[in-house]
Order: sequence, then C-alpha cells, then structure tokens
Amino acid sequence: MSRNTVLRASSALALCIVAASATAQDTITIATVNNGDMIRMQGLTEVFNEAHPDITVEWVTLEENVLRQNVTTDIAQGGGQYDVITIGTYEVPIWGERGWLLSLNDLGDDYNIDDLLPAIRGGLTVDGNLYASPFYGESSMVMYRTDLMEAAGLEMPDAPSWEFIREAAIAMTDREAGVYGVCLRGKPGWGENMAFLTAMSNSFGARWFDEDWTPQFDSEAWSDTLTFYLDLLEQAGPPGAANNGFNENLALFQQGNCGMWIDATVAASFVTNPDDSEVADSIGFALAPDNGLGPRGNWLWAWSLAVPASSDAPEAAMTFIEWATGPGYAEIVADREGWANVPPGTRTSLYENPAYLEAAPFAQMTLDSILSADPTSPTVDPVPYTGVQFVAIPEFAGLATEVGQIFSSALAGQMSAEDALAQAQDLATEEMDAAGY
Amino acid sequence: MATQHSRSAARIMMAPAVFLLLVWMLVPLCMTLWFSLLDYRPMRGTFDCCEGFANYVRFATSSAFQDAILTTLIMVGGILLITVIGGIFLALLLDQPIWGQGVVRILVIAPFFVMPTVAALVWKNMFMNPVNGLLAHLWEFFGAAPVSWLTEAPLFSIIVIVAWMWLPFATLILLTAIQSLDSEQLEAAEMDGAGPLSRFGYIILPHMARAITVVILIQTIFLLSIFAEIFVTTGGGFGTRTLTYLVYQRVIESQNVGLGSAGGILAVILANFIAIFLMRIVGKNLDK
Amino acid sequence: MARAMPTQRRVAYTALAWIIALLIFFPILWTILTSFKTEAVAIADPPVFLNFEWTLENYRIVQERSDYMRYLWNSIAIALGSTALGLIIAVPAAWSMAFVPGKRTKDILLWMLSTKMLPAVGVLYPIRLILIELGLLDTKFALIFILTLINLPIIVWMLYTYFREIPGEILEAARMDGAGLRAEILYVLTPMAIPGIASTVLLNIILAWNEAFWTLTLTTVNAAPLTAFIASYSSPEGLFYAKLSAASTMAIAPILIMGWFSQKQLVRGLTFGAVK
Repeated sequence: MSRNTVLRASSALALCIVAASATAQDTITIATVNNGDMIRMQGLTEVFNEAHPDITVEWVTLEENVLRQNVTTDIAQGGGQYDVITIGTYEVPIWGERGWLLSLNDLGDDYNIDDLLPAIRGGLTVDGNLYASPFYGESSMVMYRTDLMEAAGLEMPDAPSWEFIREAAIAMTDREAGVYGVCLRGKPGWGENMAFLTAMSNSFGARWFDEDWTPQFDSEAWSDTLTFYLDLLEQAGPPGAANNGFNENLALFQQGNCGMWIDATVAASFVTNPDDSEVADSIGFALAPDNGLGPRGNWLWAWSLAVPASSDAPEAAMTFIEWATGPGYAEIVADREGWANVPPGTRTSLYENPAYLEAAPFAQMTLDSILSADPTSPTVDPVPYTGVQFVAIPEFAGLATEVGQIFSSALAGQMSAEDALAQAQDLATEEMDAAGY
Repeated sequence: MATQHSRSAARIMMAPAVFLLLVWMLVPLCMTLWFSLLDYRPMRGTFDCCEGFANYVRFATSSAFQDAILTTLIMVGGILLITVIGGIFLALLLDQPIWGQGVVRILVIAPFFVMPTVAALVWKNMFMNPVNGLLAHLWEFFGAAPVSWLTEAPLFSIIVIVAWMWLPFATLILLTAIQSLDSEQLEAAEMDGAGPLSRFGYIILPHMARAITVVILIQTIFLLSIFAEIFVTTGGGFGTRTLTYLVYQRVIESQNVGLGSAGGILAVILANFIAIFLMRIVGKNLDK
Repeated sequence: MARAMPTQRRVAYTALAWIIALLIFFPILWTILTSFKTEAVAIADPPVFLNFEWTLENYRIVQERSDYMRYLWNSIAIALGSTALGLIIAVPAAWSMAFVPGKRTKDILLWMLSTKMLPAVGVLYPIRLILIELGLLDTKFALIFILTLINLPIIVWMLYTYFREIPGEILEAARMDGAGLRAEILYVLTPMAIPGIASTVLLNIILAWNEAFWTLTLTTVNAAPLTAFIASYSSPEGLFYAKLSAASTMAIAPILIMGWFSQKQLVRGLTFGAVK
C-alpha cells in the first residue's frame, strides 16, 4: 500500500506543479443503483456542475445486485474505486463500524442535519457519527386499486389486517382477465423476498433469533407467516410469483394486473404517474397489514450516499452529497419534474411543505408508515439485533439470501412450508455456529 | 528430423506462453490456497491464521456442495446433449444443397456472437416471463396456461438459454467435419443398398467422432464456468446453484473469503478430474 | 458434396433449413424489433410483430444516460488488444509445438488447456488484490492482459491444430533448398497459415468481446466495456423491455456485423483438429 501512497502523492505533486495556475479539477466516481430516482439524479449532473464547475462527475449506474457485488468487494479490499457509493440501512452500521466510511458530521449548515427524519437518521448513525446521508427513505404499505376494491364490494380500512387482505385478494382475483388479487415479492434475495417476509413475520410475532442468537425458524410464528404467505399467493397471486421482485411487481401493477401490492412506499409516485401507469387514477393507500399483535408488517429502509474511507477526493465527494441529499435538491427536482417526483422519506420539512402534500396524495401514508417502524424493537418479543426487515450483522446478507432461495422454492411448489422452514433452521444454525455466535 | 538448432529455437519460442500461463495459474492459485486456510472474513475484520482444513471440511460437508455438483453435472450434460445432437442434425441439414445456404448459415451462427448477459436478459424477460413473455402469449394462443419457466423448470430453462448460444459453435465444427467426408465412399455405400440410417450410423457418425469429442471438450471447459446466465436469471435459486455459483455466494455474497476459497480449490480439483478424463479421449484422438 | 438431388427433396430440405434458421435467429430479431417500439407496444397483448410505429426514442434515452461511444471504444480496445497480444505469444509457441514436437509437447498443450479450468469466481479476490497493489484496477491494460491469459490456451490449441495440417514435406523441401529458419517461417509457413490465424483472431475477438465476469468486476469507469453498459439496463424500475432491447442491440450489433462479414474466414479455421 505504501508504494501506492507514494505514487499517488508524487503524481499529485506533479499535477500541482504543472497546473499551478489552473484551477484544481476533482473527479469523483459515483456508484449508484439504476432506480428511477437515481437516474433522475444522474440526469441533473449539469445542475450540480453549474454550482460546482470544478468537480467532474463520473457515473457508474448498475443493476442493484451487480452494484452491490462490486461496491462490497471494493470496499472490503480498500480498492478506492468509488468516491460516493449508494448503500442502504443494512450496510451503513456494519461498514461504519469497520471504519470503511467517512463521517458526514461536518457537512455545511445548509445541509441542516436536524431536518432528517429521526428514524432514518438513527439507522445511519453509529456512535454519534452520521456515516451516510439518506437520498430517499421508504417503508412499505398497501397500494390497491380503488376500482377493483369497489367492484368486489369491499372497503379498505386505513390499517387493514392480514385476514382482510386475504379476503380482499381472493375477491379481486379474476385470472381470466389477468387480474390477480395481490402481488408480493417472491424473488429470492435478502433485499427481495426476505425483506418482505421478515417484515411480515414481525406482525405475526416471529423473529430471526432469540436473545441467545438461536435461530427461530422452528417457531409457531414463522410457520404461520410462511403458510399464510404461500396460501395467499397460491390463491390470489400472479403466475411465476417466485420470480417477481420489486421491479417485476411494479410493472405488473402499472399494467393493471394486480389488485393490491404491498411494497415500498417509494413506488407510490410511480404507480400514480399517468405517464407510466395505466391505473394511475384509481389507486388508494393503506398501512401495511397487522395481526392485532402490535407490530405491522412494514419495513424501514433508506438508500443513502456515503464516502468510502479509500476515496481519493473525499471533499468533492462530500460536496456532492451535500448537494444531492440537502434540502435544496427537492426544489431542483420540483422545478423540473414536479413535486410528486421529489425523493421522499428523508426530511421533516418535505412533509410540512404544502406544495408537496398537495402534489403527493401518498405523502401522509408514507410518513405514517416510516414513523411506525421501529428498528430497535421490530417484533413482539425482544431481539438481540436491530433492523426491521434485516438483522444488522455481516452474516445476514449471505444467510438471508440462501434462506430466501429456500422460501422461494417453496413458493414455486418445489417443497412444502414445513420442509422449507426445517431447511432454513438447519442452515441458520450451521451458519451462526460457524460465525461464532 | 529436427536439428539441435531448431529444437532450442522452439524451446525459446514456447517459453513466453508457458511462463505466462504458469504465473497466471500459480500466483492466484497459491493465494487462494493460502486464503482457504485462513479465517478470512473482511466484514468481520478477521484475517486469522490458521484454520487448517476447517474451511474445506465445512464446504465439503454442507448439503449445498453435493447438490451443486449434481446441478453442475446435469447442466453441463444437458447443454452438451442438446448442442451435440442438435449440431449433428443441423450440420447434416446444412450440408444439403439448399437454396440460400449462405443466408441460412448466417442466421444459424448469430447466437454465438451474443453476450451471455444479453442472451440471458432477453430470454428471461421477453420470452420466459409468464405474463409478458412471448412464450406465455404463445401458450395462451393455444389455450394452455402460461408456464413460469424460470420457477417451474429453472434448470431446463437455463440449459435452453445456454444451448441456444453454443449450438452454432457445435454446428460449425461438425459441419466442417461432414464436408471433409469423401462423397465417393457414401455413393458406394448407397449403391450397395445401404439405407440413409445405416449410412449415417456406419460412415458419417464414425467420421464425425473426432469432431464430436472436440466439441465436447471445448464446450465443457467453457460450460463449467457458466456464471452470468445463472446470475441474471435465477440468482442460484430453485436448484440452479452450480459449484461455480456456490463459490460466488460464499466469497462475494457472504464475504467469507476463507470458506469460498476452499470451495474454489475443490472446484479446481473436480474440474481437473473432468478435464483429464476428457483430454485423455481427445489426446488419443489427436494422435490418430 | 455435389450430388444430384431431386428438386422435390431439395425444396423440402430448404424449407426445413429456413424454418430452423429463422427459429434460431428469432430471439435476436425480436430484440432488434422491440428496440424500435415504445415501452407500451413492447408488452402489447397480443404481441405486435411489424405493424407498429417505429421510434428511435429508446436509442436516444440510452445514449443520453450512458455514453455509448466510450463503452464501445473500451470494448474494441480490449478485444483487439488482447487478441494482438495473444497472437504474439501464441504463434511462436504453436509453431514450435507443431513443427518441432518433443516428448512433452502433448502434455504441455493439455496442461495449458487445464489452466482454463480455474474458476474465475474463486480467484477474483486474489486477482483484484494484486491489481490494487499494482494500481492497475479499472485500466484497459489489466483487462487486456487478463483476457489474453484466459484465451491463450484456446488460441495456442487452435493454431497448433491448424499448423499441424500444413504438410511437413513442404518444410523439408524448403530446408533442402537451404532456407533458414526465418525464411522458412516468413515465406513458406506464413502464407499457408494465414487462414488459420485469421480464424483464430476472429474467435478470440468474439470471446473477449463477450467475456462478462472479469470485465464487470475489474472495471468501474475508465475501462468499462459494453458488458458493464448492459448491466445498467437490466431490470430497472418500471417498463423496460424496449430500452433493454435498444441497449442490447447496441451491445451486440458491432460484433454481430463483424461476425457476419467474416464468417467464411471464421469457419475455415474453426476445426480444432476435428478434421484430418
């Protein structure tokens, strides 16, 4: 490494001498997910450059899984390929603790750190240090078709129960017409079906681990969760549900194939946008379902921007983050694309802005959903971990993806719920033993 | 025959290739071997010597390992079966004096030029999707319920996608082999009253034997390391996790480098078993 | 095989061959067609084949979002670079194996092939660490070098089998005439070897162009080729078939066109010793 540093220092020195009179030009490489809000941010690079002409921005926009693979490997190896990375609430505490991220406590006054929603900010803070700045925050909620609900003779309560969801889903299903009562995530992955199932299991009173870190897939509550989920999708789900993730379900819902969809609140602006959605004018929102046990089946997540410790242009990187996640960004987007397209769920001020509340009929439901999720006490019984739809330990991503593959196989009809849970229990026990718990 | 002079010249000419491949093989292999003996989990900040063979034992005794080997064999075997049989059939057909042979050949070899990622994405979304895919529309047209290919027949679907990409390769090599066949021999057999089937079984097929072994060898080398097609379509779910993919899950998804490296070494050993077996056959054939 | 064939049979064979060829080509054709549709038409039920309003909108969107030319240039540089480097190393090796075979030649050849069995995923960690140490991550140089090494065994083998088919008597004759080693290679061998080399070059370009593991894991911006370009269009939010098709068409078009124009050369040497 030292040779690298020397090399870097000497080349920097050489640059300084050559360009002594010219202004220093920083180049930052930003790795981000190919989600709509991020692509919009990429499109606004010019606006950033008007304010900061001395910073050149290079974009690496990749599909989520490819991005995660590349960013994780790079940061674990200290490769220094990226100056700004897009990561979530799961990675931030783990990577922050490892010392792989730079603290963002010293962003300028304009950034107004106290404006961040406390629940979101808390998830990105380790020992008082903010290690990532939220770009958009989300919980999950029920999005449903008001026309189909009416045709079924039902009325969606603001806070439905799982039993009501089942009843409504079956009533709305009309396979001949290509209408399926409920679309849920089934695609294997810790951020796909396991995000949904873990959040759902909380409302059934299940938990991943007890206080001694013993896996709990052999519990009654998990059995209830998985059985309910499999039954629901079998009776009222779309074909091939085991391969549907967020994006697939979004496409189905926008085309009018789903009666209800329980997923990220951030989808609300997509499904109500008449340019993309055929059903934009008949959509209602409700809180994620519960079972009367207290917790609801909604999660808490924030796609956030962070600066790796290995970055060679940390100051320019922070300047960018301040711009993209500061209060001013919302106005830039609102000016160009309307208030409904502003990245939601990060700042209190947005939910006090009358222009936003008027343009975004889903605003209040989004805020209520975010506020009702509690990462420190996600389920009925006490747990030794934090995280609503994840467990904030390094082993979780690998383990949950494998468990997700098992549950997904059960959804595809390749095994029964009992077998799936038994396999998941064995796998989790083995993995946790090996990890030294 | 060769002089001393040309012999030593030959050695020098061979040296760069041998040397580079030796370095390319040994350096990463030794590092992987070293990692495989450690408790190396970057996310935990561990880089501890020495675990001994604990990683190997853990990798080899997990049920995922046996499943992965079986999946790998089925996948590689299935693709070979389709491409070799399909390739023979296509080669025989293309050998006939058909109109527009040039254009037909261009159409048939096209899939060989397609990136694995693109092929997998196109098949997954535009053909195998159970709601919007073309196959679903086709099934509905005939009054059948659409099949969710990637969840109901995942292994088969991946085999189809990869076989589609490799069929042109097999066809081309087999076609060259057929074209080198002495047509007089065939005509003589025809005059002796041999039917098309026996002509194929006794003359054409034996003549192609060598080409078939070559196709099998080269494809196996590439097929054992299939990655993008699985990554894009099923992500290793639904029983499509090959050995390569299992190693990927351990190293990258779980960031357990020690365990994954042990798996990598095991994969190298197994691959070389298959390779030695195959190359014995081809090596013999090359000597003929 | 210039045998006479009844017209009837010829018609039947032609029809069958065309149907199969079109079926095999259909996925590519469908991708190209879809790239000219709007997102809504791309998922129309029933599917629309030709009678839609053609649009270039998807290409515009893709180009606006990612600088296609940069990815294209990287792909070209990496494919050509690794092919050239591979050839420089492989031609002498294959030549000496074919014409001055020793006791170990066959073993060396088979050993070379066996290096291709190294699973890329297993050695990603060490390779990446080495490149970080050398400061070569995300450089075209590193990628060229690695792809050369990956494809070298195939190149050597392909050239070796081709060279072996060159009859030894010609060399003998040349030697009798007093030609030196250099003259032997330059004036006798090279002209005869050109079809085999051309075919090898083409195959190597195709393999390097389509390599999708190393090119994706070892690059970020400066060396990212078309495989990385396509990774930003797989399953984004919302409807994406048309945009995915446009990006796919842009990624495969150059190699497809090259392949079609040169298919005769490609096929000629693509035997791997399969034919005596």
